[in-house]
Amino acid sequence: MNEIEILKATPHLAREHWWGWEIPVYLFLGGLAAGIMILTSVRVLRDPEGERSETFRLLSWLAPLVLSIGMFALWLDLERRWDVPRFYLAFRPKAPMSWGAWILLAVYPLVALFALGELRGRWRDRLAPRLRAVADWADAPAIKRRLAWGNAAVGTLLGIYTGVLLSAMSARPLWSSAVLGPLFLTSGGSTAAALMLLFRVDERERRGLSKLDLGLICMEVALLGLFFLNLMTGSDTSQRAGGLLLGGPYTASFFGLVVFGGLAVPLFGEAREMRGHNGSRWFLPLLILIGGLALRWILVAAGQASSWNAL
Amino acid sequence: MEPRYVMVLDTRRCVACSACVIVCKTENDVPEGGFRDWVVSETRGRFPALSTENRSLRCNHCAFAPCIDNCPTGASHRGPGGTVQIDRVKCTGCKNCISACPYDARFVHPRGFIDKCTFCMHRKGAYTACQTVCPTECIHFGDANDPGSEVSRLLATRDHKVVAPEAGTRPRVHYLV
Repeated sequence: MNEIEILKATPHLAREHWWGWEIPVYLFLGGLAAGIMILTSVRVLRDPEGERSETFRLLSWLAPLVLSIGMFALWLDLERRWDVPRFYLAFRPKAPMSWGAWILLAVYPLVALFALGELRGRWRDRLAPRLRAVADWADAPAIKRRLAWGNAAVGTLLGIYTGVLLSAMSARPLWSSAVLGPLFLTSGGSTAAALMLLFRVDERERRGLSKLDLGLICMEVALLGLFFLNLMTGSDTSQRAGGLLLGGPYTASFFGLVVFGGLAVPLFGEAREMRGHNGSRWFLPLLILIGGLALRWILVAAGQASSWNAL
Repeated sequence: MEPRYVMVLDTRRCVACSACVIVCKTENDVPEGGFRDWVVSETRGRFPALSTENRSLRCNHCAFAPCIDNCPTGASHRGPGGTVQIDRVKCTGCKNCISACPYDARFVHPRGFIDKCTFCMHRKGAYTACQTVCPTECIHFGDANDPGSEVSRLLATRDHKVVAPEAGTRPRVHYLV
């Protein structure tokens, strides 16, 4: 028998969560923005001369929009909200959150220039003359290509960062896995494709996005497998952390919302659509989006419940 | 030589009275619900062959401190004698350091910054508050770089351990066993 009694217990020792809904929402929207940045840029890079529907072009604007909502959630999580400029008074190379703060500074101008260049016709005509001149400059083929490369690269960094923010915490055995960066990046790409499918893109774009989403879901399943393999073949501490998702209090929600609802059903649904069975335009993308949010929500909550048992 | 402050606690003397917890709250004006140190009582074995070990726990002022590495503003920093301190002005309350601490030694102060044990550095490296009130004199504090200090002597002559050494942070709070 080994029994530990904590005298004068503090709330943090009772494993109360210090990060609430704000952090998973921020990680989800950050990944979503990264996915949109990558998908819209890759489309330009793969087919610079190709026609894109007006809706697809306008979707570039979704990246700064969802990222701003995510940043607002992160800001709400701060205990001292008006001290946020302090993130920009230091650069701490070992702190992923410091990297994130500075990456976000690069994201906004890049994504804004790229999205301005994507405005055509009546949308560009509505711009103020100076902004229209910037849009014309950003739409020039050589500049557009560079902007697309930059947008895709910064989007990739942003997507990986959302996972590294957690995986840098070696004190939380559930998060301490190098797989989280690629997993959140892949999930960000998949949820971005799902969100874009909710809009009225043309049929060719719709098929392209569905096909891409199918591939990303397969990658996500493989990465989740590696994540669990890493946990369950690790130390006793790792296995206890993995047990939170495999047979523990988070099992039902994780397997119900993430694995079944967010991955398995969309995987079979989209494979059926590839074979010509058309289903609801809303159903599968919504499941993928809910699954992506649930993945972050559950991992953030379960990770805070995992520890070294250092008493 | 720069001092290297460590704390040495004798588990054979500790009776888990929690005087160290209460005096810390008074000395440092620790708010309701928060604690900079706490006491655990671990019972091992099978009845009737049971043994109990009492430990007074706190921030370990680790030599490899993940809280310092993960702090995005530099609020968590290396203080005098290698201790880990928090600059309340620089702290934004992002709670990254709470996630990074394997010992769950940090909490959110109602005024928005993160709080934890400071080894009573406002006393300039003299006796800590918990040490002064311990009725069994089980808490020792001093400079491990000074071979003549009491902590150096205890660490040289008694068996000792740290909590969760597998976390790899090289804690500076040692427990005599």
